[in-house]
Amino acid sequence: MAKTELRITGFGGQGVILSAYIIGKAASIFDNKYATMTQSFGPEARGSACSAQLIISEEKILYPYIIKPNIMIAMSQEGYEKYEATMKGEGILIYESNLVKPGKNRTKIKKYCIPSTKIAEDLGRRIIQNIVMLGFFTAVTGLIDYNAMKEAVKTSVPRGTEELNLKAFESGYEYFKKQKK
Amino acid sequence: MKADPIGVLTGSHYLDGDHACAEGAIAAGCRFFAGYPITPSTEVAERISARFPYVGGIFIQMEDELGSMAAILGAAWGGKKAMTVTSGPGFSLMMENIGLGAMTETPCVIANVQRGGPSTGLPTLVGQQDIMQARWGSHGDYEIIAIAPDSPQEAFDFTIKAFNLSEKYRVPTMVMLDECVGHMTERVIIPPAEEIEIEPRRYTKLSPEEYLPYKPCEDLIPEMVKAGDGYNVHITGLTHNEKGYPIINEEVQAVLVKRLVDKINVNAEDIIITEEEEIENAEVIVISYGITSRVARMSIDLARKDGIKVGSMRLITIWPFPEKRVKELAKKVKAFVVPEINAGQLVYEVERCACGNANTYLVPHYGGGVHNPQDIFDKIKEAMK
Amino acid sequence: MMQTQKEHPIAPFLRMDRIPHIWCPTCGIGTTVKCFCSALSNLKIDLKNVAIVSGIGCTGRVAGYINIDSFHTTHGRAIPFATGLKLANPKLKVIVFSGDGDLIAIGGNHFIHAARRNMDLIIICVNNFIYGMTGGQVAPTTPLTANTSTTPYGNNEKPFNIPHLAASCGATYVARWTALHIRRLTRSMEEVLQRKGFSVIEIVTPCATLYARRNRLGDGLNLMQFYHDNSEIKHGADTKDIDIEFQKKIVVGKFIDEDKPTFLDLINEGLSRKLGEKFIKYA
Repeated sequence: MAKTELRITGFGGQGVILSAYIIGKAASIFDNKYATMTQSFGPEARGSACSAQLIISEEKILYPYIIKPNIMIAMSQEGYEKYEATMKGEGILIYESNLVKPGKNRTKIKKYCIPSTKIAEDLGRRIIQNIVMLGFFTAVTGLIDYNAMKEAVKTSVPRGTEELNLKAFESGYEYFKKQKK
Repeated sequence: MKADPIGVLTGSHYLDGDHACAEGAIAAGCRFFAGYPITPSTEVAERISARFPYVGGIFIQMEDELGSMAAILGAAWGGKKAMTVTSGPGFSLMMENIGLGAMTETPCVIANVQRGGPSTGLPTLVGQQDIMQARWGSHGDYEIIAIAPDSPQEAFDFTIKAFNLSEKYRVPTMVMLDECVGHMTERVIIPPAEEIEIEPRRYTKLSPEEYLPYKPCEDLIPEMVKAGDGYNVHITGLTHNEKGYPIINEEVQAVLVKRLVDKINVNAEDIIITEEEEIENAEVIVISYGITSRVARMSIDLARKDGIKVGSMRLITIWPFPEKRVKELAKKVKAFVVPEINAGQLVYEVERCACGNANTYLVPHYGGGVHNPQDIFDKIKEAMK
Repeated sequence: MMQTQKEHPIAPFLRMDRIPHIWCPTCGIGTTVKCFCSALSNLKIDLKNVAIVSGIGCTGRVAGYINIDSFHTTHGRAIPFATGLKLANPKLKVIVFSGDGDLIAIGGNHFIHAARRNMDLIIICVNNFIYGMTGGQVAPTTPLTANTSTTPYGNNEKPFNIPHLAASCGATYVARWTALHIRRLTRSMEEVLQRKGFSVIEIVTPCATLYARRNRLGDGLNLMQFYHDNSEIKHGADTKDIDIEFQKKIVVGKFIDEDKPTFLDLINEGLSRKLGEKFIKYA
């Protein structure tokens, strides 16, 4: 895959930006790829649906913004509704199964879902929901090297929470692997 | 001189342009920062406020941009490398003391993370509309240096470069980022301190009896002292003689202002940094800078696929303008295409230097986003006709 | 036989190669400069460690005449320039010597914030009630009813009470004198040169050419006589009670002198507490 465009959307406080940051860091620092992250600033980023965009490529990235995401991770209904159309009926949709109810099935969009909030709560901290989602994303897409992702998680979360976050990552990763079996 | 390792975060980082700019400043030896919050530049100040306590720097959030600019000039005369950061409206407020900086030949760096204007405009969206303001914004005749990074890596590299140029030429130097570069996160490689070249301040070795604060060296730059060294200097924004004393007449004005302008223009070849690509056989050359140069590269690829002989000239320093080179190229090519996220600013410099030898085409964008590569491609095709 | 001229005692503190100065006859700024130089002389301070910053205006020219590191900056920006200078080299004693218009009108925002921070600066504010350099326009210190070139029918704006403004914003030393009180003023200047914190001395000073002439108050000497007859020394007076009204009593004295941590003290203390040994103390 030469170039992948990815959008993560959710509501403020879910760690949307950090999730994109971790994927970008994993790709560009630990997986020998290029990754350009941009985020929506302004009123829409404070409170309601917010979005972070990421381009991952084997080659140097010129145009900094995504045009049509190949992958969208939706962690809120509002975000899903706001940005779903940008996928133009193609690609991979990954979503939080208890928070997002996707619309009518579009043939060319592959959908994968995970109750990441519930899993995070079971691990003891709802706040690590996004890291559960990152583990799931890693397993679903295979876009970024598993170890690179783990390294990026470890070096991006607050000190002292590394172990818990890595556990969250594993849970999300395993959730998909088990589903596949 | 090499960078002080204490300020250099050697390694690979995933940083946005604002944070990279802050790291560049710290690596360059900046130890005084005064600023006022303004989107989209605030992240620079935030990072510096967090990092300075560990490197022996002092951060102060001033009451406004007028004060911020004045404070960094004071700090430079107190012996520190100093910086402020702002965006459009704040940049306007800084103009008064940028003039004082130019007049008193005070090394300092101003980063302007450009957003769409005029007035409050588009606080969170990209623009390149302060290009002429950087050059002409304060009243009177003077020259400055301005540099335009197109990525977080360059925000790091060229902030260091800006400090170095500012020290070498004793002139306010501007890092003209934009919202897109400032808020874009990419890999930034920070080299080991011993690989970072730092321009030391041009302190004099003369005794207080021999020293004249504004007596230029051969390259037209005077040597500096700092307050507290016992030189009893007088520094004024009034027209002054070599001793620094105010002299209000046209002869002293001519000598001083001519030198302030000449010191940059005469040394322009040493200052100017550009990147040229496939210029040799080009029929059209795209001249671009900042984030627009990345988009322009896509348009150039489209044009080459179409068989058009198109070259690229990217301005890394925008001021001083590479007048000599553009004049030369104008004699060889059909046209210049100049995409800018403004209604046409640097294009007038290109047009002036084309001297009628080549056509000049502007591809304007009024701000809030970057160009559609197709628009620049279309203009290249038009220019070929 | 040639008569040897004795050097004036403050000549070593002045840039004698720039004398004569630009100030009008009977202007009070020269008196304030003399007092300042006397204070430096009396304290035998190492002049290497003293720097002076001025803004723009008649008093803004003081920096140009005193033979120490001196900075003549832009209108209203002397305080932030001085803030940078002081913080970059904390061993310097930094004096801002400027006029009422420069410090309180165009520079008012910087004045109140530097006071709030207790920035370690000495502010000498020469108040002649008027914009002198531009020809006698109304200032934020012009007393009600006074005539200026832009209030030809009398001033209808209430002026600032500078000591009260300074005190309410957090200045830790506040005094007011007139150009007549040269010994007390010199002593005040000696005090502030030996203390830390945001120190403000207001000096009510005659502007004969503009303020006195437009208000038919005679010349500088008449104003000095007026100060003599109408000044009342009231140390520790509540600054809210010392407004200046047109040709009325002028309360002078030292109103505030408190020892409080400066901006830099609090920064160093706060960061040391929070960051421990990793913090590189700023000095």
